[in-house]
Amino acid sequence: MAERSFAKEVEKLRLGAGEKFSGEGILAITKALLECGVGYVGGYQGAPISHLMDVLADGQDILGELGVHFEASASEATATAMLAASVHYPIRGAATFKSTVGTNVASDALANLASGGVTGGALIIVGEDYGEGSSIMQERSHAFAMKSQVWLLDPRPNLPSIVKAVEHGFELSEASNTPVMLLVRIRCCHVHGHFTARDNKRPAMTVADALSSPRRDTGRIVLPPASFLHEKEKVAKRWPAAVEYIKSQEINEFFGPQDARVGIVCQGGMYNAVIRALERMGLADNFGETQVPIYVLNAVYPLIDDEFLRFCEGKDEVLVVEEGQPNYIEQAFAAMLHKAGRGTKISGKEFLPMAGEYTGQVMLDGVSAFLRQAAPQMLPVQIRAPNRTGNADEITDLAAIVPGRPPGFCVGCPERPIFAATKLVEQELGPHHIASDIGCHLFSIMPPFELGATTMGYGLGPASASAFNSPDAERRSISFVGDGGFWHNGLTSSIGNAVFNRNDGVIVIVDNFYSAATGGQDILSSRADNRSKATKHPITEAVKGMGVKWVRHLERTYDVGKMRDTLREALTTEEKGPKVIVASSECMLNRQRREKPLVDKAIKGGERVVKLKFGVDEDICTGDHACMRLSGCPSLSVKSLDDPLRDDPVAHIDQSCVGCGNCGEVADAAVLCPSFYRADLVHNPGRWDRFAERQRRKVIGWLQGWRERRRLTFADA
Amino acid sequence: MNAPLPTEPNADEGRIIKLAVLAVGGQGGGVLADWITDVAERSGYLAQSTSVAGVAQRTGATIYYVEMCRDLGRQPVFALSPSPGDVDILIAAELMEAGRAIMRGFVTADRTTLIASSHRIAAVSEKIEPGDGRAPSAKVLATAENAAKRFIAFDMENIAAENGSMISASLLGALAGSSALPFARENYEKTILASDRGVKASLAAFAGGYERAGGANKQPGEPEPFAATQPPPLTPPLKGEGDSPAAASSGGLARLNPAGPRPLIEGWQKLQARVNSYPEPVREMAWRGLQKVVDYQDLAYGAEYLNRLDQAVGLERAGRGHALSIAAAKHLANAMCYDDMIRVADLKTRSTRDRRVRREVGVAEGSVLQVTEYFHPRVEEFCGTLPAGLGRYIESRPKLAAFIDRRINRGRRIRTDGVAGFSALWLIGGLRRWRRKLLRHQVERAHLERWYRLALDHAASDYALAVEILNCRRLIKGYSDTHVRAQSKFDRVLSGLPLLAGRPDAADWLRRLREAALKDEKGDMLDGALKTVASLDAGVPTLH
Repeated sequence: MAERSFAKEVEKLRLGAGEKFSGEGILAITKALLECGVGYVGGYQGAPISHLMDVLADGQDILGELGVHFEASASEATATAMLAASVHYPIRGAATFKSTVGTNVASDALANLASGGVTGGALIIVGEDYGEGSSIMQERSHAFAMKSQVWLLDPRPNLPSIVKAVEHGFELSEASNTPVMLLVRIRCCHVHGHFTARDNKRPAMTVADALSSPRRDTGRIVLPPASFLHEKEKVAKRWPAAVEYIKSQEINEFFGPQDARVGIVCQGGMYNAVIRALERMGLADNFGETQVPIYVLNAVYPLIDDEFLRFCEGKDEVLVVEEGQPNYIEQAFAAMLHKAGRGTKISGKEFLPMAGEYTGQVMLDGVSAFLRQAAPQMLPVQIRAPNRTGNADEITDLAAIVPGRPPGFCVGCPERPIFAATKLVEQELGPHHIASDIGCHLFSIMPPFELGATTMGYGLGPASASAFNSPDAERRSISFVGDGGFWHNGLTSSIGNAVFNRNDGVIVIVDNFYSAATGGQDILSSRADNRSKATKHPITEAVKGMGVKWVRHLERTYDVGKMRDTLREALTTEEKGPKVIVASSECMLNRQRREKPLVDKAIKGGERVVKLKFGVDEDICTGDHACMRLSGCPSLSVKSLDDPLRDDPVAHIDQSCVGCGNCGEVADAAVLCPSFYRADLVHNPGRWDRFAERQRRKVIGWLQGWRERRRLTFADA
Repeated sequence: MNAPLPTEPNADEGRIIKLAVLAVGGQGGGVLADWITDVAERSGYLAQSTSVAGVAQRTGATIYYVEMCRDLGRQPVFALSPSPGDVDILIAAELMEAGRAIMRGFVTADRTTLIASSHRIAAVSEKIEPGDGRAPSAKVLATAENAAKRFIAFDMENIAAENGSMISASLLGALAGSSALPFARENYEKTILASDRGVKASLAAFAGGYERAGGANKQPGEPEPFAATQPPPLTPPLKGEGDSPAAASSGGLARLNPAGPRPLIEGWQKLQARVNSYPEPVREMAWRGLQKVVDYQDLAYGAEYLNRLDQAVGLERAGRGHALSIAAAKHLANAMCYDDMIRVADLKTRSTRDRRVRREVGVAEGSVLQVTEYFHPRVEEFCGTLPAGLGRYIESRPKLAAFIDRRINRGRRIRTDGVAGFSALWLIGGLRRWRRKLLRHQVERAHLERWYRLALDHAASDYALAVEILNCRRLIKGYSDTHVRAQSKFDRVLSGLPLLAGRPDAADWLRRLREAALKDEKGDMLDGALKTVASLDAGVPTLH
């Protein structure tokens, strides 16, 4: 069950010709796939294309009606390998994943797919998570297109352009027998806009049709001598076909006047930011009417020599706006000009930063610097010689005040107690080498836990600790891997590797029942019933099947004491070989999403329901905040007391508390303080509940009264 | 900029309105951005919203961005991210996020309307300091006032909570009420009506935000509705908390007399008369301290407190604002009311506590509340609650102590809504009358005497230093290990005293040491500060 339900959005996939589609970019791509008669779709979730997978999962009825097969692939490699269905059969297929982590994982399959080439259109939609807010390393997808010789589309970031790019992508793929990558940047995936829909198309050949009449062609299989021929075919046949298609279909666009001394070339995805920069300089209007000619590369690989050279005709200088590094496009254009013996000067990274996202300000600074040098006469005086304004001093002051706010564990997250326990174990046994992995559990590296030294890739946590296996070591390594990473590739790359190499380290598998960080998609070990997928395959069984002997399973991570004791045992036991702890508790975000409406309904319906919440006795709390150093829960915060005797704020639990129990367990396990209490509120109590309550309250009330009659009672004590 | 650029031919018609929302993950910033887009489209505008969702949503700072333009039949080219100096409306769903927006340059005095909720959500870094690590709100408010063209700030979280809704609704209300966008109120309300869930609550929160912000929409020059000179509370007040007795007595010296048997009341009045004989500035703190001490133990303990306080009052010197007496009144009370098992049991079994828990949890009529307490006693606490001789006997025999610890040292969950659990705590609370004979009391008293004497002994030579020594009591807090660590910090801070005594800036240095000690758990900052103090001393010629 995904974090967000797309049941409502999915209805938009049914829109017919001429109807207006309104929604997110990612949904528009999904609709475009159906309009193009795609025969099968697969992929692996991850920002920013998670929603595409979720929409497809929720839209399986519609896919079924059209005869489209949908696959929630085990990894990006699986998704890309699936496109093999388009090798021999004229079926259009699409795979989607996050880039560049996905392209990394997929590159083996990508290389093989590209070598043999395709008959049916094969489209790989990569969501590029680059720049501000990215959770991954900063690399370019462009390199993958180049090394495997697949074509790369980078459309202008508006819905009609993206939808058009999907259509072009399939056609280009078929025209050149080459897989095509469609790159959409993260903001573009989440952009809200409109386009005019067309009718969905049933695939001309479905996967069922293909299965009933199988085909094979040795010439398409990657094995010598065919693979040597593929290499030639790529340059002799497929490349020219792609160039021809891109030119004839006018995939790249030209804007602005024909005659000008300067011009700008940009990736399609950069177009809006370039226009905005020009607009702010007074050289374009809101609708994109520009005084500076712009050559927009909606196809960034391959580049079209004569298009570019034509654009450069009569121009003294051209600026290449290319986000990321290395600057492949700029280099290629420089080479083209050089070989053609042209005098046009080419600029790029001199004016724009070599690295980092090209945000609005970066673009404005870069483009204006270029124009100030190349065509100052075009610029209004304000841009040529701007005054500095602003409130720099005050801002410096604020920088010292405003606290950083990195992402962290949600309220009630079941992973928090795992790291609280780890911190407690380290207090006893000293610091250990801790290898982290990708997933929500990576937030352990942030305060208040500050645990974890490296992250090497999805499912590679334990693998990244594999060097730390020495008979001379006094301490074992600890590594973490999530359930998502475990099934993605951790089972073989991390667990299997540890078993085979007799690794003596401790491996903690954080099992929260979902691929939680990507939005709560089901995976093999999910506990939910899933209509179309097989779930409930225990991680412990898989680990034992791999040959791990020492396996412990905790079904409630919130038991901090038990978690700590298990970790301690794993770190100190005499037993050799990998020690695997599977720590299971459901992702609280998903659990709340699932349970809260049910609970509210039950309470309204008069059923007996117990709701939990934690609280702090403010007069018992001394304000040392030790509890927060083992938690970081958003619902556990500080508040000032209205008491001049108390200097420091005390702990306070706000209404967002979901009663996970971490506070109480930590207070107990770490022997912190007795100020926490758990309040179980019984809604719609039964007759017995009410009777027992009355009797208890009578006794308690009498005891309280007895004492309070014999002492001074202060109203505000 | 020098002058407005002549770039927009039909200025207002084709102008793109740029709006950014800075929110903390989980606040519903995405819902707000979707709503604003929907309102714009309802009002004959073309709109585009973008965000960077994903992992960053989970409690991290997140930006949503909306661009809007009147629909003139042509599609404008909208940008996908906000640019510094190019934002018309900035909505901050939390006060420090407003600060962040200003830092990032999204708020400029020539054009930006800044709409910010003045409530605080503490960042992890603010919460984990052993002292008070919270960022000062006043500075952000003052900066925002200068940085923005218009600044509208009030507690929108509270408005949302009062109406059982989310802050996205009250923020939308504030946006509508500010009239920063050229859209009619009914279009906003239609948007909310079209959403799936919690429509009624959302509309109420919307109206709340609309009306508060609407007050700002009068004449130019009139003050905006922000009255947050005091740092706002970090957590929203709970429903009904406003009329708690504590709040009623917060207005200075509005003293309520305690309830109780007549002889005790008379005894109390005598003590109060002693407080009234103190100089006026000392009385408030002395009265608070006296009340705390009597509440903790008994009237005799209150008299003991005043006897000690008399010493400080007697050492007062003119022109010092009674700082010594006030600090003594405050920290003596805290020192005398150390946190022991008896104290905890007593507080947990009071009827006032019962009522507070019910109020905080929000127990409705007809529901049943069950309360579980988390205790983890160790042999140290056990011995502290024994008669001093016996307690010392055990403590001096490690094997015996370890034996007892193995039987005691365990997490205990006690149900104080049940008779058995309540009675157990009630009995422990009743040990109060023997407290003076118990080991913990003797230890605490000796510690208090040493500290207090140390402070008063310095009063004649260095008054300010004496005050700072008293203030060091702030360091002692927590239970079990945390308490031990606090004690050690206290000792380490005071260990700097011999190096400082005689220096003209001794008091200032001691204050700095104390503040350093409150910065982190282990006292790394303190160690650094102590080294600095040692090096200071090295600069002064000494005899060895």
